[in-house]
Amino acid sequence: MNETAAQPSEIDLGLNAEADQYLTFIMADEEYGVDILRVQEIRGWEHVTPVPNTPKYIKGVINLRGTIVPLVDLRERFSVESIPYGPTTVVIVLKVVGDEKERIMGIVVDAVADVYNIEEEKIKPAPDFGSVVSIEYVQGLASVDESMLIVLDIDKLLSSDELDAIART
Amino acid sequence: MSVDMSQFYQTFFDESFEGLDIMESGLLGLDIGAADAETINTVFRAAHSIKGGSATFGFTVVAEFTHLMETLLDEMRDGTRMVTEDSVDYLLKSVDCLKELLTAVQNESEYNEAFVEEVKAGLERLLHGDDVPVKVDGEVSDSSTSKPEIKGWNIEFKPAEYLLKTGNDPVRLINELSLLGKIETVCCIDNIPLFSEFNPELIYLSWSIVLHGNVQKEKISEVFEWVDDDADIVLTCIGGEQEQNNEEVSGVEVAAPVAPTEKIEVQAPVEKIEASLKSEIHDTDKKSSLKKTPKDQSSIRVSIDKVDDLINMVGELVITQSMLGQLGENVTPDSIEKLQDGLAQLERNTRELQESVMRIRMLPISFAFQRFPRMVRDLSNQLGKEIELRLLGEQTELDKTVMEKIGDPLVHLVRNSVDHGIETPDEREAAGKPRMGTVELNAFHQGGSIVIEINDDGKGIDKDVIFAKAVEKGVVNANDSLTDEQIFDLIFAPGFSTAAVVSDVSGRGVGMDVVKRNIRELGGTIEVKSEKGKGSTIIIRLPLTLAILDGQLIRVGADTYIIPLISIIESLQVKKEQISSIGGQAELYKLRDEYIPVVRLYETFGLKPDSEELVDGLIVIVEGDGSTAGLFVDDLLGQQQVVIKSLETNFRPVEGVSGATILGDGTVALILDVSGLINLSRQSSERAA
Amino acid sequence: MAKILAVDDSASMRQMVSFTLKGAGHDVQEACDGAEALKIAQTGTFDLVLTDINMPNMDGVTLIKELRALPAYKFTPMLTLTTESGAEKKAEGKQAGATGWIVKPFSPDQLLATIKKVLG
Repeated sequence: MNETAAQPSEIDLGLNAEADQYLTFIMADEEYGVDILRVQEIRGWEHVTPVPNTPKYIKGVINLRGTIVPLVDLRERFSVESIPYGPTTVVIVLKVVGDEKERIMGIVVDAVADVYNIEEEKIKPAPDFGSVVSIEYVQGLASVDESMLIVLDIDKLLSSDELDAIART
Repeated sequence: MSVDMSQFYQTFFDESFEGLDIMESGLLGLDIGAADAETINTVFRAAHSIKGGSATFGFTVVAEFTHLMETLLDEMRDGTRMVTEDSVDYLLKSVDCLKELLTAVQNESEYNEAFVEEVKAGLERLLHGDDVPVKVDGEVSDSSTSKPEIKGWNIEFKPAEYLLKTGNDPVRLINELSLLGKIETVCCIDNIPLFSEFNPELIYLSWSIVLHGNVQKEKISEVFEWVDDDADIVLTCIGGEQEQNNEEVSGVEVAAPVAPTEKIEVQAPVEKIEASLKSEIHDTDKKSSLKKTPKDQSSIRVSIDKVDDLINMVGELVITQSMLGQLGENVTPDSIEKLQDGLAQLERNTRELQESVMRIRMLPISFAFQRFPRMVRDLSNQLGKEIELRLLGEQTELDKTVMEKIGDPLVHLVRNSVDHGIETPDEREAAGKPRMGTVELNAFHQGGSIVIEINDDGKGIDKDVIFAKAVEKGVVNANDSLTDEQIFDLIFAPGFSTAAVVSDVSGRGVGMDVVKRNIRELGGTIEVKSEKGKGSTIIIRLPLTLAILDGQLIRVGADTYIIPLISIIESLQVKKEQISSIGGQAELYKLRDEYIPVVRLYETFGLKPDSEELVDGLIVIVEGDGSTAGLFVDDLLGQQQVVIKSLETNFRPVEGVSGATILGDGTVALILDVSGLINLSRQSSERAA
Repeated sequence: MAKILAVDDSASMRQMVSFTLKGAGHDVQEACDGAEALKIAQTGTFDLVLTDINMPNMDGVTLIKELRALPAYKFTPMLTLTTESGAEKKAEGKQAGATGWIVKPFSPDQLLATIKKVLG
């Protein structure tokens, strides 16, 4: 048997390249970013099935190719005044990594903005600057073209503990 | 060529665990003194396969251990060893031990070394106790270490006439020889017969070959290894020592030294694989991503027939689809009928396909039953009881997931029967019963369910004792009057144990309440029947599968929900005079002689209904977990089979909802959990009150 | 490329053998016991048969005997997969008409080297 038999081939997929890509979206006039590798797909807003006795920001569940995926309205999650869903309203379907398993969840946001390459060291820890999203769910801040981008920690934001904790209160 | 052996590990573990079960049931079925040869062979074969696989995949501990078992079994198979109670006990212990080893290897965890060594020592004692020398792997003396310089060999090679019929070819052998050194070949054609007698399938030639160079004899033997018995081969050393002359090659023995080297070669890469596996796990840990390692995958063995069925169905589906496609391209008024036919066919195909796919998940319940012969044997030895275990309906199929979840509750129930049900032989004799008690497991299909019965002819359950105990525990009042059924049901109450002395067998661990909860979680029911002095029967009913359910679609306002048909008793239009309310809060519906609490689904779930007037809608009488309620809904829609999807995969459990499904239009509908719903409404009315 | 019939009742061994041979460019069919192998063998021809010995539903020795009796398999190389402890099994296999044997455990490379010997 060949000596190298068991060596997994090391292919550089560019995952460790210095610049990561971020998908950004708009919510309440602020621009937020999420790691694009976590984005499964972007869908328009459509009928959801409400789930009883869940917090208001859980809009319900949808059928994503045969699996049941819950949707979280980010405005309601952070108690920002709701606006009616319009043509730009989108659902960003994300992969959330938790302690025990990976889940697929969707977030409802005002509109999708852009995709940026941001080098890791350009993302600075965020001071408590009184943004809509409380600081514990912010991974950091980055400036892109003179404007500020808030990079979200979606694992924390959409972790089961968080959802349960809020559900119980 | 490099082959990553780790990809075969899962299959190896699957088949080895299966092999262990085969060994265990085989061993348990052996009659001491009159052992059935085929059974021993089956057990031997399982051990043999595990040994072969573990050696191939580099699991040396397993291979070494299995070697001992195999040797013992081989002697039994040959008839050179008697099948004694003692040896069967040790083999059974070895099966446990092997299970431990395999599990440890699979999970890369530690194993109970003391236990393994003890069993190993026992096996060795059995083997060597009779002073039978046992060949140990790799213990082959190598006589070829210091050989003087050899200049070459004269080889006389005269194959047997029939050699070609063994698939061997002299030309190939000579070619192979030429790889060892320069050769000169002289072909002897003296034996070629007259043309009239010539048979082209036979070999009439022989060869004199000179092989030059310092070639070890073993190398030459290796070339001729397979034809040793089918040819005259004479080797003469050129320029070697006298004693080496004219030695016949003896294939098998000389070839033996190959074995140790083989082993080393196999082991090294496997260790690497394990190391790289470990480092991979380590890497993923760092990234906190949860990629499962292959060993966590669960797999299922599917018979070829089931797969063929599926392929046929998919074939039909493709035909229907292409037919519909053609019709769709060119729709005329008169093709409508054909289109409808096609759709009907599509529906049939889909249903058949669904059924076949579901059948793949179905396994015979013998998978769950097979552990009981051993368990009952061990327990009855331990308790000094004589018990015959009867297994009926072992081929009854049920869903793999249901099977996995019903295993532990069944173990508990069978333990209970053996421990508390069946009396000691003396007690039985005194009661006028045969000394040997019987525990019977019976499985059969009934409607859309599988029924598992556990019968014993033991002392039965004493209703008075149960009742007294329940009163003592405050579960019931001393002056309550309960039906037999209700009394037996008390044993499932939490913290309820009637064993006078908590025994080692069933006194610990889960209680009957946990058993009941597990069964309920599977959507099943459990029921006890018993007659004092005669025995007990426990009846478990389970759905055949967890993946599909027959549902009643209902509507409240704009939302559609599904109620499992199994929990619906009936649906009724409400008449005002049948509604009464207590304290202006709890509403009761009078159904014949019973008063049933009304649960307004829109209230419990916070929905907007068409109407809040009970007379405008319908009441669906549902039953779950022993309680009954009338669900108030706006309308009944159709009934259909739905595929159950978990809400927990991506979300979390929701009270009153057992899951979700996808309707024909692609939208999601929630499936109601009736008992959860009743609890939920009870809580909210308590809060309101 | 050769057409090879691989027979073993152990699925993991079968997978390993089949994967290795396919990787070397051979066309491999699998059978899980002698009876199935005999059925498959009659549906076509094979350049080489590799068989385990101890199997349910017809063992390897019987399989070889049965195959040798078929005109199409008169001269086909057939190797038994055997363990060291099975010295008498080797002989039994040979007597039934086996070409040779491969001693378990073997590595994929050893398997290929041996196959090469018979396929030339």
